[in-house]
Amino acid sequence: MATKSLHKRESNLANSNKQLEILSNGIFQSGELPTFKNKIAETNQFPLKAKKLEVLQINVGYMCNQVCEHCHVDAGPDRKEIMTRETMLQCLEVIKNTGAHTLDLTGGAPEMNPDFRWFVEEAAKAGIKDFIVRSNLTIIRANKKYHDLPEFFKKFNIHVVSSMPHWTRGKTDKQRGDGVFDKSIKALQELNEVGYGMPNSNLRLDLVYNPSGAFLPGDQTSMQKDFKKALKDDFDIEFHNLFAITNLPISRFLDYLIASENYEDYMYALVEAYNPVAVSNVMCTNTISVSWDGYLYDCDFNQMLELPVNSKIKHISNYNEELLEGRDIVISQHCYGCTAGAGSSCQGVVA
Amino acid sequence: MQKTYYDPADLKKFGKISDWNKELGDKFFEYYGKVFEEGALSAREKSLIALAVAHAIQCPYCIDAYSGDGLQRGITKEEMMEALHVAAAIRGGASLVHGVQMMNKVNKLEM
Repeated sequence: MATKSLHKRESNLANSNKQLEILSNGIFQSGELPTFKNKIAETNQFPLKAKKLEVLQINVGYMCNQVCEHCHVDAGPDRKEIMTRETMLQCLEVIKNTGAHTLDLTGGAPEMNPDFRWFVEEAAKAGIKDFIVRSNLTIIRANKKYHDLPEFFKKFNIHVVSSMPHWTRGKTDKQRGDGVFDKSIKALQELNEVGYGMPNSNLRLDLVYNPSGAFLPGDQTSMQKDFKKALKDDFDIEFHNLFAITNLPISRFLDYLIASENYEDYMYALVEAYNPVAVSNVMCTNTISVSWDGYLYDCDFNQMLELPVNSKIKHISNYNEELLEGRDIVISQHCYGCTAGAGSSCQGVVA
Repeated sequence: MQKTYYDPADLKKFGKISDWNKELGDKFFEYYGKVFEEGALSAREKSLIALAVAHAIQCPYCIDAYSGDGLQRGITKEEMMEALHVAAAIRGGASLVHGVQMMNKVNKLEM
């Protein structure tokens, strides 16, 4: 288990250009595997175009209390990129006027941004239909000042989406760090206590599963069944839906794939599982991702690869939904991660 | 010609067996796919059976395939190893149960 981000370790792979180089060279350069561009062109899906905006995803900072092995953000306690109140104010202007039905706050651990609560309170006033906070669960137990988060989420009717790689301690702690499993279980129980995740409750609690290694997620419906049974039987925990998300070969997960000599096999697996139906519903076609410093991206992954939107509008301060619609999505080989099997997005499968 | 009998890359070429007999190849893969569908047994249970059988018949391709398949389905290491012990118990038992035949024969021949 890593304790420092790639940035802190000054790893080669902390450099997004280096990652993009790896994703374009080797098996993709030699033609052994088709590039994502050529693959989607086979079914006349190139260029991939943005449709009507539905999801506004805001990354409020890369700081996190955990250093997960697979993290595509390279988040950790040593990351200092944090959204300022000034940028938040610019975001709020957009939130008030957006046509998007979903507002999705992510990080890092979004709760660690010092202005997080203020931002949630202000953003909630806009009355967006689905207001998601992606919480890593352990933050609720990390420090006394976070203990009341379940009540806070409830007050603003936040839809909580949390990571939970497995229903067993071993697999969870291996991916996310020692002690993460027990803290996550405790946090889930506390969320249940205030009403989150209970059957027929309007307080939505969904879990995110992503594989703890160089393999693809299994069928989302069967995984959900297994998770529900195990968490209910072992810990009396309830939740609503499970989103199975594929790990994309960037940042720390790419570093792991290369170090464990799984990179080529993993890319083969992604390309073999390519599903053209998933392409038409990939999240970048209905999402805008805003970075901690207010720049706009097609998705959180492109944000980490520093691939900005292909549009005249680059920053939240001159945001214009109409101008962003219909833009060409910026792609590379990491995109195969969202089109494998039943597809993958921040909301789980797409096909 | 490759210098070893087994090459992991050959697993990906499994589908090519249809090239030399399309009808039977296609029928086999259709059957194979159907076998592993959710049924009276769950696809998860079938994956564990496949893993155990793979070890009983000592097929490296199948071990490769069903170790990965198990992980995808969220099957734990503990479950996988228990399944293998079932295969090992049956294999071991199959040898030992023939001991009865040996004993019968010896008892018949000995005065």
